[in-house]
Amino acid sequence: MRTYAPMYVEAALLTLRIGTTGILLSVAVGIICSGVLYNRVPVLKGIVSAYVELSRNTPLLVQLFFLYFGLPKIGIRLSGQMCGVIGLTFLGGSYMTEAFRSSLEAVEKIQYESAMSLGMNSVQVFRYVIFPQALATAVPSVIANVVFLLKETSVFSGIALADLMYVAKDLIGLYYQTGEALLMLVIAYLVILLPVSLLGSVLERRLRYAGFGN
Amino acid sequence: MGQNILEIVDLVKKYDGETILNGLNLQIRKGEVVVVLGPSGCGKSTLLRCMNALESIQGGQILLEGMRVEKNAKNITLIRQKIGMVFQSYELFPHKTILENITLAPLHVQKRSQSQVQEEACTLLKRVGLSGKENAYPRQLSGGQKQRVAIVRALCMHPEIMLFDEVTAALDPEMVREVLDVILELANEGMTMVIVTHEMQFARAVADRVVFLEGGRIVEESDPETFFTHPSSDRAKAFLQTFEFHKERQNHAEKQST
Amino acid sequence: MQDLGISILFRGSNFIRLLGGLWVTVRISLLAAGLSVPLGILFGLFLNIRNPVTKVIGRIYLDFIRIMPQLVLLFIVFFGATRAFGWNLSNELSAVLVFTLWGTAEMGDLVRGALISIPKQQYESAQALGFDTLQTYRFIIIPQTLRRLIPLTINLVTRMIKTTSLVVLIGIVEMMKVGQQIIDANRFEYPTAALWIYGVIFLLYFFTCWPISRFAKWLERKWN
Repeated sequence: MRTYAPMYVEAALLTLRIGTTGILLSVAVGIICSGVLYNRVPVLKGIVSAYVELSRNTPLLVQLFFLYFGLPKIGIRLSGQMCGVIGLTFLGGSYMTEAFRSSLEAVEKIQYESAMSLGMNSVQVFRYVIFPQALATAVPSVIANVVFLLKETSVFSGIALADLMYVAKDLIGLYYQTGEALLMLVIAYLVILLPVSLLGSVLERRLRYAGFGN
Repeated sequence: MGQNILEIVDLVKKYDGETILNGLNLQIRKGEVVVVLGPSGCGKSTLLRCMNALESIQGGQILLEGMRVEKNAKNITLIRQKIGMVFQSYELFPHKTILENITLAPLHVQKRSQSQVQEEACTLLKRVGLSGKENAYPRQLSGGQKQRVAIVRALCMHPEIMLFDEVTAALDPEMVREVLDVILELANEGMTMVIVTHEMQFARAVADRVVFLEGGRIVEESDPETFFTHPSSDRAKAFLQTFEFHKERQNHAEKQST
Repeated sequence: MQDLGISILFRGSNFIRLLGGLWVTVRISLLAAGLSVPLGILFGLFLNIRNPVTKVIGRIYLDFIRIMPQLVLLFIVFFGATRAFGWNLSNELSAVLVFTLWGTAEMGDLVRGALISIPKQQYESAQALGFDTLQTYRFIIIPQTLRRLIPLTINLVTRMIKTTSLVVLIGIVEMMKVGQQIIDANRFEYPTAALWIYGVIFLLYFFTCWPISRFAKWLERKWN
């Protein structure tokens, strides 16, 4: 078991590296797209809704296959890691968009009006009044999305990225170390996901009981 | 009292094909306190919201010192700075402290200096009896306290005119007074105000002029004494009688219980 | 420019074969969903029992299943069960088993959530009107719960269809695998086949899941 541990550590780091990059980009995409939807920006609004539907209704594995095997045929050659980051962002962006959008819409419309009545323009209203409130209520669903996206990285092995699944499969296939391989796999994912998931439930409870109130 | 500060000419407001305000005319002079009364659904609140361009209008115009108050006007944010509005549900910003609530717009909209704005905010808070609440969050305050903060927040923008939209309707009865006292004090200082309220005694005390609205139109307009003692229109009489009626029932109940 | 790659779809029975592959995934999902819904309702009721022991058991099952990537669960059952118990599960049976275990957990959590989302006053006002416990559930609680639950359950089905795309990684011949076979067989004639085939698979998934999610959204809106 000890001999294989370093392989898992390395694989876990790869998963984490691609995962964090993809998740940070997803949050950025989510903030921008939810802003577009909330403010009903013409034209862009349609594009964003189409993107959200497309991304939410297709599996990551299929998205990755298209990026990794399909695109090179028209001359777009991306490294496996690059595909991982792009695929994860494409998928996560729409989940983050939904998380932020529903929190934005949960802010009552009259808050918008009271800010307007103080002479703020719509950008100021969004920046100082609506977005900060939405951000706080979005935290639990954003963290749930982080857990979801970290789990989704497990399909990276499908495009030959040496992630945790890939290492486990190697050990099973080449060395018949099934038990050890699976145990280490479970431990590795628990180490990565349990803290995030616990943080999520703690924050959710705190937000629920200590909410802003009104 | 000075010249007209706000003029409403032939105002029409439709909503989903239904006419809420139907050719309404109203002038408000500088320093005047106008109380708008009327049965629910008569368009009082809508009128107030139109005055702050929170509603689009379908006809006529609203002029503040000669400038059009219109939702899509280029200088609308500038105009709104001159109009303070207080809502029934307070609408403090829950994620900001009391002080931040008050200083947010003066700092970011009017770009005034932080030290000056904070000083003014503290002075105003002291005046409404809320010294020491600067760093509290809205959720830690009672309804009456929140409403007083909302008034201070609007005042700190140095508005030319203040609009009050049923500001005591959501309050527990014992908190109504503390809010109305603040408004009375403002009236004594000569602030121009338009007030929509259901507190009849308060209306009588604070108003320079009472405007009675029904069916999207002004039905009657007079000084408070005349309005409350000798209303001329049948509708106003009927409206005032609904309050009498409540009183009789109360007396009746009291009699029964003794 | 080479021959238009998309024509590969219409060669022989390629498109039909792809659809056949899609059916394999959908079949696994529907089977698992069909088992998950009743089991999940039972599990949801189990989660609501006020007993520390059942609570801990329920939580551990729920949290473990939810925190593990479904692919890990597939590996555990497909490779691990063989080794641990000497079972020789076919890959398709493993898939149905895993997705049922997962679906039961998710469904159970949905049921639990829907039940606790009914305000206490609803129970109290029913009791005040003289309903007994059974009647309270039958006439007051369950109808309200269902309205919340049905759209969420439909969404769970689309999630399941999407997630079953993973089964290609334990060697089940579904749409992705069929796609690979078509691409390999036509490597020389249609060099751009991968682009078209994976593009079409992407769209086929979309047009399978999208109408279902729309329907769920429509129901949600209608009942709100």
